[in-house]
Amino acid sequence: MKHSELSVTFNKDEDRVDWHDQTLWWVRQKRDKAAFQLPEWELLRETASQIKHNVLGNLHDYLVQFEANALKNGITVHWAADADEHNRIVHNILSKHGVQKMVKSKSMLTEECHLNDYLAENGIEVIDTDLGERIVQLREEPPSHIVLPAIHLKKEDVGETFHVHLGTEKGNKDPVYLTAAAREHLREKFLTRKAALTGVNFAIAETGEFVVCTNEGNADMGAHLADVHIACMGFEKIIPKREHLGVFLRLLARSATGQPITTYSSHFKKPREGQEMHIVIVDNGRSTQLGREDFRNSLKCIRCGACMNTCPVYRRSGGHSYHNAVAGPIGSILAPNLDMSKNADLPFASTLCGSCTNVCPVKIDIHDQLYKWRQVLVKEGHADPVKKLGMQAMTFTLSHPKVYQNGGKIGRWFMKNTPFLVNNSLNPWYKQRDMPEPPKESFREWYLKNR
Amino acid sequence: MKVGLFIPCYVDQFYPQVGIASLQLLEKLGVEVGFPLNQTCCGQPMANSGFEHLTGGCNENFIDNFAGFDYIVCPSGSCTLHIKEHLHSEQYETQAGQIRKKVYELVEFITDVLKIESLPARFPHKVGVHQSCHGQRGLKLSQMSELNAPGFSKPGYLLNMVEGLELIELDRKDECCGFGGTFCVAEEAISVKMGKDRITDHTKNGAEYITGGDMSCLMHLEGILKRQNSKIKAVHIAEILNSTN
Repeated sequence: MKHSELSVTFNKDEDRVDWHDQTLWWVRQKRDKAAFQLPEWELLRETASQIKHNVLGNLHDYLVQFEANALKNGITVHWAADADEHNRIVHNILSKHGVQKMVKSKSMLTEECHLNDYLAENGIEVIDTDLGERIVQLREEPPSHIVLPAIHLKKEDVGETFHVHLGTEKGNKDPVYLTAAAREHLREKFLTRKAALTGVNFAIAETGEFVVCTNEGNADMGAHLADVHIACMGFEKIIPKREHLGVFLRLLARSATGQPITTYSSHFKKPREGQEMHIVIVDNGRSTQLGREDFRNSLKCIRCGACMNTCPVYRRSGGHSYHNAVAGPIGSILAPNLDMSKNADLPFASTLCGSCTNVCPVKIDIHDQLYKWRQVLVKEGHADPVKKLGMQAMTFTLSHPKVYQNGGKIGRWFMKNTPFLVNNSLNPWYKQRDMPEPPKESFREWYLKNR
Repeated sequence: MKVGLFIPCYVDQFYPQVGIASLQLLEKLGVEVGFPLNQTCCGQPMANSGFEHLTGGCNENFIDNFAGFDYIVCPSGSCTLHIKEHLHSEQYETQAGQIRKKVYELVEFITDVLKIESLPARFPHKVGVHQSCHGQRGLKLSQMSELNAPGFSKPGYLLNMVEGLELIELDRKDECCGFGGTFCVAEEAISVKMGKDRITDHTKNGAEYITGGDMSCLMHLEGILKRQNSKIKAVHIAEILNSTN
């Protein structure tokens, strides 16, 4: 289903939409408060943007440097051209160790690659250990937000989910009680799993180490208890030097949740004795995006989710309406690169208000890219034929002043004399809005009489 | 100084009073204004829908009508921004480039070019300002709430000169109203919900009038206000600045 249709469903419960909107707006306000405490905030954004600019221009060299240093540190490095290869690599590592159950934390990339489904088909059980991820996993839903995966759910929903799956008391929605239940449930998984998979927030070329930012500490718990640690990263996660990390860590949590820094910023440099550490570096369409000059900057994204929290459309349509692992404004400029025909609706799920671009910590020109994707999608033949005809007629009218003048006059006459032609349920404007009242003359007609 | 008045197509057809107020206001401020009669549209409805490649004829018509003026002034942030960012022509690119530099939205023309310090206007009402996104974030008519930067507001500066007018504070001072061009019909559910939420913010904070620099946002809000049988009215900022009652 398209974004517009899924939004209609989401909007059937207006109170819930209000709640969703206000919850995310509260996160946006927290972001403002945290960001505005730093007088150098805008300079930080610019610096981060420039560092990423350098990365994207020298990606090959940084990746090779990162690989060499990671190998030196004793990490095994794998390269995956696409989602399928990524999934096979992870599966092979697990098979080699006879692992049938794995814990996972902080990875949107594995959502993008649909790793859980792939491993399930191959008889491997994956437990998502971050609370929000675990909640949606139990409900068999995808995350609705890259940082707050269960933000579409209320306490009551979580209580009911835990009652069904974890056996908590029916009707108990106390967050402390529910969190304790989740902790107990997950503790057992951590202790018994031999393999742990994590995402990567930053991979440092200079040192061959990678950094995972979390609030719950599950990535650490999983990685430290497991014999095998697999870290999966999109190739754009590279930063040149460790000193650059300070810029990104200051921006990331402030932009994401309004915290000064994430609770844990864990550096993984080499496997501990007896442990195996793997890094899977994934392309999956990123090279193509890198080659699209207008859209290259989208690879600067550090996955903070600020563009979602500020987006007035996202707040009122929910993450699932974007039918893509990454939702919201950033998802709408990344998704068409992965599959144009499936995601042709997403760049249109925006008013181009530009708030996303202003909050973006790495200054991606998100709303300009939405506009540019629209042009690409129409040229590639993904426009609705009815809309195309309408646009051609409009073009003709507006390119010919006489046609425009007469057309306007006729249009206003019909609106005045046959209002049922426009004021009916076939006109989506009229469904919940009145039409403007047609005036007796246009400005041009008034001007000709009065000046 | 000769100013060409660019009246957006939907204002010409549905809101002639906004065109009249803009013209009278500029004349009142001593500007010589011409209204080229064969103007139509900036081409934004096509371009924002992904059909920028069809806007050639529209662009050439615009250049044909406006190339001769010192300034082009338009009572719409959105249409002004579109011309500024997207007016091109294979045949007349020099003129197109000049136009992109000399096109101004009405409010910024008054504050930045005319630089007036007072205004003979009176509007004794409580007014809420709806910032159009293209005017605000595109043309930078006022500071954007996302940025850590000093505040300013060009529309606010002018409205504060109006006798009797009281500006109200909003909870969310620059959230989009959901008009968004064809978005308003293609994504009807979200568009209307966004509009309703903007209206609630104005109502809750005591607005009698909602004003702004873009009649398209206001047309959308007015449509919802009327459907709700609300007493609040949507008026273009030119109507207030030209008002003496």
